[in-house]
Amino acid sequence: MRRIISILLENEAGALSRVAGLFSARGYNIEAMTVAPTHDPGISRMTVVTRGSEEIMEQVLKQLNKLVEVIRVHDLTEGPHIERELMLIKVHAVGPDREEVKRLSDIFRGRIIDVTDRSYTIELTGTGEKLDAFIHALDPGMVIEVVRSGASAISRGAKSI
Amino acid sequence: MTSPTTTQDRLNPEPEAEELTGAEIVVRALRDEGVEFIFGYPGGAVLYIYDKLEQQDAVKHILVRHEQAAVHAADAYSRVTGKVGVALVTSGPGATNAVTGIATAYMDSIPMVIITGQVPVALIGNDAFQEVDTVGITRPCTKHNFLVKDVRDLASTLKTAFYLAASGRPGPVLVDIPKDVTSHKTPYHYPEKVVLRSYKPTVKGHPGQVRKAMQLITSAQRPMFYTGGGIVLGNASEALRTLVRALRAPITNTLMGLGAYPASDRQFLGMLGMHGTYEANMAVQHCDVLVALGARFDDRVTGNLAKFAPHARIVHVDVDPSSISKNVRVDVPIVGDLQQVLREMNQLLAESDQGNDPQAMRAWWAQIEEWRQRDCLCYVQDERIIKPQFVMQKLFELTGGEAIVTSDVGQHQMWAAQFYGFDRPRRWINSGGLGTMGFGLPAAMGAQVAEPDSTVVCVTGDGSIQMNIQELSTCLQYHLPVKVACLNNHYLGMVRQWQEFFYENRYAMSYVDALPDFVKLAEAYGHVGLRADTPADVEPVIREALRLKDRMVFMDFQVDPAENVYPMVPAGAALSDMILV
Repeated sequence: MRRIISILLENEAGALSRVAGLFSARGYNIEAMTVAPTHDPGISRMTVVTRGSEEIMEQVLKQLNKLVEVIRVHDLTEGPHIERELMLIKVHAVGPDREEVKRLSDIFRGRIIDVTDRSYTIELTGTGEKLDAFIHALDPGMVIEVVRSGASAISRGAKSI
Repeated sequence: MTSPTTTQDRLNPEPEAEELTGAEIVVRALRDEGVEFIFGYPGGAVLYIYDKLEQQDAVKHILVRHEQAAVHAADAYSRVTGKVGVALVTSGPGATNAVTGIATAYMDSIPMVIITGQVPVALIGNDAFQEVDTVGITRPCTKHNFLVKDVRDLASTLKTAFYLAASGRPGPVLVDIPKDVTSHKTPYHYPEKVVLRSYKPTVKGHPGQVRKAMQLITSAQRPMFYTGGGIVLGNASEALRTLVRALRAPITNTLMGLGAYPASDRQFLGMLGMHGTYEANMAVQHCDVLVALGARFDDRVTGNLAKFAPHARIVHVDVDPSSISKNVRVDVPIVGDLQQVLREMNQLLAESDQGNDPQAMRAWWAQIEEWRQRDCLCYVQDERIIKPQFVMQKLFELTGGEAIVTSDVGQHQMWAAQFYGFDRPRRWINSGGLGTMGFGLPAAMGAQVAEPDSTVVCVTGDGSIQMNIQELSTCLQYHLPVKVACLNNHYLGMVRQWQEFFYENRYAMSYVDALPDFVKLAEAYGHVGLRADTPADVEPVIREALRLKDRMVFMDFQVDPAENVYPMVPAGAALSDMILV
């Protein structure tokens, strides 16, 4: 089952590689991993998207909690949550395609953030599924370059994790 | 890198604090931690530290002959004393040589602080002479590690290292110190205590769970205790004895847990697992409640997981939540310090009138005694060739079971575990988790430093001993009268045994040709060497070795090369599917 795990950890060199190392050493799967400081510059927040059986997920959470620099671990998929990912995508935009790409971008609520006479660069946010759908909607030959941030996620409601 | 010091601490150092160099801070911090002995090997990056060590005598340094041995010796010192073991090595190869020792301590949860030198801060990342990414290399085999880039963080980092090493589930913590940091100066202030927002081990077991566990245990028809190294590490032997005796329940110890419950007690069924006794393994497989304390359901203990203790509901107490339900689903998990939890269990038992059904217990013990009748460890000693089991049995008798026994890894380790009955914890020192050949001799040195007046025996084989034989030199320098008992069968015996059982007798690379004459080798190192060729030699050789109290003695026992360790549960088989003699 797909899980989104939020981790608060000390914002220190090496902390990221401890988490990444844990996943690779124990053979846990990582689909995406993002990290950046929070409003408290001493604390970073990491979001890991992973997959595994219930037993494996229990171990993942316990092993993460065991890392000395990890302050808090929370499985967001246990409750209502919001997930967003940012994608920047550069596409060929010449001739009749130029108008088509613009329309498609509007449908997906994307924004064109860079323009040349042959290309558009589009900024798009949403769930991973939505970003996938946008890519699929384009003719494969049109895509020049894609960069995706990996998921960021937060729980619904007024409380913090 | 990581440091618990806040900016505020840096800006407001104690006004009267003395200015010290990094090297002086290291030595002072060791002294303030009450460290008496450290084990190490000098080199360029740690020269400032060695220079300061030389100018004091509160912290004594034992010079080994290889960094791996420094870590093993410090590890064994910790296992015997319960204190944090300390090793000091230089950068680069010093650190990489130490890694096997660190991984050994990590697998067995031994509290240690390893101090490594590093190239100066400005050179880090430049492929400097004797530079390796020590924190990178040791990250997966330490509980935690630090690179100290600023001398102002040094004292607090060392304090944190000692705290992390000894608290919660213990383990080795490494502090990497660049050379220039050891020469820079700062006011010395050693923190009284450490508070980390990200690290708060659970000590007290959940009261409701403890009550539930006791209800389950006392309602069992066929209870069985299975305890591991956690009892030893948590100093919980006494509380364990009280509980198990009060319940009149059978108990087995893991390889790491031997001595936690007295081997001479009738309720003790011996070790369990791959080379465990018939009665211990059968009792685990047939019990209805299994009480696992400070043990981690290792594959060498459980055999085939799907077939492990099929009738049992399981209580598991451990200080590390990640050990619980990792391999085996448990019914009553309790996270907490074993001594505390066991005391609470004893309290509950004393207050209640609950107890196991006496009739069921009689039937359970009758069944266990029947299993015990199999006498699964029996062997036949003829007049011709020495059986390794016989050596272990004689060693046990002649030392009165009072020696500290360290071991290497292989058949001899299993025979020592089976035949040397430990009645106390912290007397059996072996590499259980990692299975590190070469552990035994340096471990014996660490044990002997910890208890200079005790008999320390290193049980080893002709393979293992050669992995750290150079330490015979350290034994001479520090007059460590270790007794080495080498079960010499001219084979890597455990490898040979597996090849006989599972690889159709193809003894690929397990025969060791061109062995040195260990007696002469011992003599060359300035020690006493003794050889036993026949069974009649065994007792006189051991007696002579024990008589030479002040000398290091190497006993070379020429044992049966074809002997196997029994019982044996083949890897992947159920615990009850034992190969018996």
